Amino acid sequence: MNEVHYDETLDTKGLNCPMPVVKARKKIGELTEGQVLRIISTDRGSIKDFQGWAKVGKNIELLGQETVDEDGTELYLHFIQKTS
Amino acid sequence: MSVSDVKTPSGKLDMNELLERLSTVEQRLENLEESQPDDMVAMIVFSGDLDRVLAAFVIATGAAALGQEVSMFFTFWGLGVLKKESNLAGKGLFEKMMSVMSPSNSTQLPVSKMNYFGVGAKMLRQMMKDNNVSSLEEMIDLARELGVKMMACEMSKDVMGIQDEELVGGLESAGVAAFLGDSLRSRTNLFI
Repeated sequence: MNEVHYDETLDTKGLNCPMPVVKARKKIGELTEGQVLRIISTDRGSIKDFQGWAKVGKNIELLGQETVDEDGTELYLHFIQKTS
Repeated sequence: MSVSDVKTPSGKLDMNELLERLSTVEQRLENLEESQPDDMVAMIVFSGDLDRVLAAFVIATGAAALGQEVSMFFTFWGLGVLKKESNLAGKGLFEKMMSVMSPSNSTQLPVSKMNYFGVGAKMLRQMMKDNNVSSLEEMIDLARELGVKMMACEMSKDVMGIQDEELVGGLESAGVAAFLGDSLRSRTNLFI
């Protein structure tokens, strides 16, 4: 899923529930409609958290999620588009 | 009632009858839409236990981040979360005793299990820090920043002798009807 285009990146490495979603929410507020935010997280729960947000959130869409390995640490990437 | 009821004996549709029914349906639909719950979470925070209160604030900040309106109603021991100090001046004997024996602010809250005179609470806070979990105080600030509404129960304030000056600012003093006003239009209601 490397082809997902994104405009901004938010690093939430080390942060735990509920901070990745809370910080992403704030950041999304700064973006303009149509822009995509990439969130980097080390919180395993963030995968389901972003899916949950996408399910109830009215102004975002989850374009994709990806798990990558960085020096033995699993990073969870989430791509969220501001839709309105 | 069925569609055949609006036909005249000759088999033609009775327009007036049809329009009348349509407006009834529209009215009922409107009433139904009005009674639908809002994107809102209402919580009663009754407990003053650090672990329970933490759960309440994780849910509150998470829900606010998801775009939900959040309303928290603090009552009885839950008021300890909103205290910034303890005053003894102007209080009766029981109220003074209550003040002395209650936490004077959120950092003094005990845990619901294994508290051991506060050692357990200190340990939990350290373990949260080690795991990069935000502290209760950070989450309270965050909740405010995200627009979470916090109400302090007027009745329990009176019963426990808690004065307005002992509580943090930015609170609404309210009673059960104010809470129910939020709770009845919320999708999710929690008692913590």
